[in-house]
Amino acid sequence: MPTFYGTEVKSRLMLGTAQYPSPAILAEAFRRSGAGIATVSVRREAGGDQAGQDFWALIRDLGVAVLPNTAGCYSVREAVTTAQMARELFDTNWIKLEVIGHADTLQPDPFGLVEAAAQLADDGFEVFPYCTEDLVLCERLVEVGCKVLMPWGAPIGTGLGLNNIYGLRSLRAHFPGIPLVVDAGLGLPSHAAQAMEMGYDAVLLNTAVAKAGDPVVMAHAFALAVEAGALAAGADPMDARDMAAPSTPVFGQAIL
Amino acid sequence: MKIIVNGEALEIGALTLAALLDDLGKGDAKVATSVNEAFVPKQQRAEHALQDGDRVEIVAPRQGG
Repeated sequence: MPTFYGTEVKSRLMLGTAQYPSPAILAEAFRRSGAGIATVSVRREAGGDQAGQDFWALIRDLGVAVLPNTAGCYSVREAVTTAQMARELFDTNWIKLEVIGHADTLQPDPFGLVEAAAQLADDGFEVFPYCTEDLVLCERLVEVGCKVLMPWGAPIGTGLGLNNIYGLRSLRAHFPGIPLVVDAGLGLPSHAAQAMEMGYDAVLLNTAVAKAGDPVVMAHAFALAVEAGALAAGADPMDARDMAAPSTPVFGQAIL
Repeated sequence: MKIIVNGEALEIGALTLAALLDDLGKGDAKVATSVNEAFVPKQQRAEHALQDGDRVEIVAPRQGG
């Protein structure tokens, strides 16, 4: 199982906690997924609103590690302050760092991401950067202290799967010793299996499970896909080829 | 004095961030705070004096992807 900043997790599936039809379905989906990490966020709460307190009780009962995010942050300052608040709230140095650069695609801002990652790493955070598959960006992130990389498969919430197979494969080849997580854009269990078959260490998804007609069954489907893909990666898949090659022996065939 | 709490204007009597949280019923709640876009750790809230026009953010755990 993958090890993130010295902590070995119990599953290659990381699951978000947003958009489920109900808290009960969220909890059951987590149980069926076997996910070892739950992503969470911080949002405003004042007055008589108790939603955050109730949500925290639900997450605590799941018995999984918590990875807070900086979702919705467009500037370095926003992201760093959000990370600091999340560290105190969730009592963890882990932070899924999002610095968004474009509202339509929710594409990470690579320049702000590196700057925020550097500040947070210097401040003792263990940064999980939500990034693109850009090799140079990922090199910079590692240089400033990131020991995990989380390239997108496709824009958040699209369910398009792995949009740049070549880029993701290159990243895997370039960083053999860095845990790599495909984060965002997955829609189907086959997308998750594909990422694992390419040698990725884990996948992080939310919408594909939460917005499925039956989130609990879909959570189970993703769990099986991730396990199948990881087994396949460890079994050294055959090389693809253009020409057919008979699998049944030619030798010994009757001449008729 | 008048401050902004989570984007809403508020007339308050509290002089510190800790007193403000108490007045809002969040003294013991699982929340984190910032003032004027800078994080204020829990242990510093009691000493953090509020000024007229301060922008206070109070956040809690929430669903996320």
